[in-house]
Amino acid sequence: MKRDIPIIITFLTGFLCVVAFFIPHPPLGDLQQRFLIWYAIVYGFTMVLGLDSLLKYNIKKITQRKEGWQYSYVLLFGLALVLVTGFQSWFKYGTPFELRSSFMYSYIHIIVPLQATMFALLAFFISSAAYRAFRARTFEATLLLVAAAIVMLGRVPIGKMIWSEIPVISDWLLNIPQLAAKRGIQIGVYLGGVVMSLRIILGIERTYLT
Amino acid sequence: MNLLGTWIAAGLTIAILSFLYRDNPLYKFAEHLFVGVSAGYWVIYIWAFDVKPMLIDEFVRQAGFEKWLLIVPAVFGVMMLMRWIPRTAWISRWPISFTVGIAAGLALTAQVQGYIIPQIQATLLPLVSVGNTTAETIGRSFNNILIFVGVVCALLFFYFSREHKGALKVGSKIGVIFLMIGFGASFGYTVMARLSLLIGRLTFLLQVFGFR
Amino acid sequence: MKVLDWLANIDRRLIFLAIGLAVAIPIIMKLRMPIRISSEVRSAYETIENLPEGSVVLASIDYDATSAPELTPMFRSFLRQCFRKKLKIIYTGHLAIGLPLAQFDLDMVTAECGAVYGEDYINLGYRPGYTAVMIGIGREIRDFFAVDYKGVPVDSFPMMKDIHNYGDMALIVDFAHGTAGEYWIQYVVSRFGVRMFSCVTGVMAPTLYPYLQAGQITGIIGGLQGAAEYEMLVGNPESAAFGMPAQSIAHLLIIAFIVFGNIGYFISRRKK
Repeated sequence: MKRDIPIIITFLTGFLCVVAFFIPHPPLGDLQQRFLIWYAIVYGFTMVLGLDSLLKYNIKKITQRKEGWQYSYVLLFGLALVLVTGFQSWFKYGTPFELRSSFMYSYIHIIVPLQATMFALLAFFISSAAYRAFRARTFEATLLLVAAAIVMLGRVPIGKMIWSEIPVISDWLLNIPQLAAKRGIQIGVYLGGVVMSLRIILGIERTYLT
Repeated sequence: MNLLGTWIAAGLTIAILSFLYRDNPLYKFAEHLFVGVSAGYWVIYIWAFDVKPMLIDEFVRQAGFEKWLLIVPAVFGVMMLMRWIPRTAWISRWPISFTVGIAAGLALTAQVQGYIIPQIQATLLPLVSVGNTTAETIGRSFNNILIFVGVVCALLFFYFSREHKGALKVGSKIGVIFLMIGFGASFGYTVMARLSLLIGRLTFLLQVFGFR
Repeated sequence: MKVLDWLANIDRRLIFLAIGLAVAIPIIMKLRMPIRISSEVRSAYETIENLPEGSVVLASIDYDATSAPELTPMFRSFLRQCFRKKLKIIYTGHLAIGLPLAQFDLDMVTAECGAVYGEDYINLGYRPGYTAVMIGIGREIRDFFAVDYKGVPVDSFPMMKDIHNYGDMALIVDFAHGTAGEYWIQYVVSRFGVRMFSCVTGVMAPTLYPYLQAGQITGIIGGLQGAAEYEMLVGNPESAAFGMPAQSIAHLLIIAFIVFGNIGYFISRRKK
């Protein structure tokens, strides 16, 4: 009941998708389409799963007065704010996605700057890391360094201003050796992916049940 | 109202950027606010774009057998949330196995048809490719040989079932050269991407403070 | 020698400051630089140029604010080119947190081009499920998007009358900062034979070159440079083209830092 039924479900659904690829006609094609719709619905539920642990963790932090507990109030406030504006906008405009709504206001003035700046920080760290870690210690490391420098120059206008051939070399690097390396890696990755999919469908790989 | 929003956005941007000096309460405030609003946003989104249109509205719209069939994904969805309670967490294995099975089935064929076959096909190029001029012929043939050799040698590098000796060692050594160029090119592009984000944020800040 | 030692051990915060200034100064000074058009961007641009009037293009928004400075200019240029060519756009996506961001651009450009909702374009919003939704649309788009993003039935819009699956679409254009860009190629392009080109971040761009060489996609618009090239081709240089001087100077500075770091490394190795 706890293990066998899930393994049977995995086998049946996975096998159906493979067979429906080769025979996409009714009834297999219809059944697959129905399963895909169900998948989309169920997938949505998985996305709110993390909410529980987030709430539990922060409420516990507040009640036990753990270090930085005050910030958990900020987190809960943010969560409540978006939920309130979301439903308020829904009632007012019939959808939360009306651009004039308070939900979209909180999106554009809170979520967007926070998310964008969080990632913009990486520009500083990647520069500092390049300065500290990019060393021409070996032939291979030098190759990596030179390729990076050529692409960095070749993909911006100043590269052509320094030497007109830099963008040409950069394009060649991207289109030939870089492409070959990526393809070699990816073929290996996807062969592994195919084997993993087969193992899952056949019930050999069961780690997702733990 | 928009002006207030712009100043809130500018304040939050500065709060995050303050981390560059060192970790501080302003940054922690912004960080926690970000996690909270993102979580709330997901709840609204899943309700608006998943549960309501695909489940509730469809249940109202459909008739007969089709209508009642929708109970299956609804039950699966609720079973998924059983993970929240430790004693009933095992129930979530049913919907998980359903999603895993579908994903594995779709990936199996897509990876073969969408990557492995077309990419191998695109690697099997004529090693002598005749162009309009001698230089073009040499250039094209050289590139085709490089792609073929590069892909094969990169694959050899990741072949760990035998010790890298003899021809395998030579192949994997050549593979490393291609891999390093590949990683270097990726790094160059990554630097570009990260700086673009900074350009975006600084442009916004400079506009707010009237420098642009 | 002291200068070389200092260059080899620059404080982290000084590097941060230098990078900040290298980006900010060109923006403040409104510097401009000539943009060179690469073949992969031109090829993407021409894919749209060669479509007959009235063709349907599916635009998938698979990015969010974390990559907006790169992808927003691409999306705006794409909209301008499509509306100028009188193409019809279906707007959807697989990254919920990014969809409203592009919706602002959609509203801005449609107002500018005089495009009419439901006739020239439609916003279908988001559905969870990534690959399942992509494959499902191949059979019937209404199975997943019976209503638009505001809950209005899609059948009430004239442009959706004859659109059922990929067979009714001339092109897919994906705006992605993650694996969704590859999913579209692997799960849809190969299976349903629809044409596609990719607008992606700099991080993703190198991954897509194998697909371009294999003929699975018709072009790549990658990173801020790609966006700037596309803006130039469409004839509307904006944030990407104006951001390139800052990008150029920051790149030069980072290369200089790498050189300084290596000088320091070789000096310390010689001392040992």
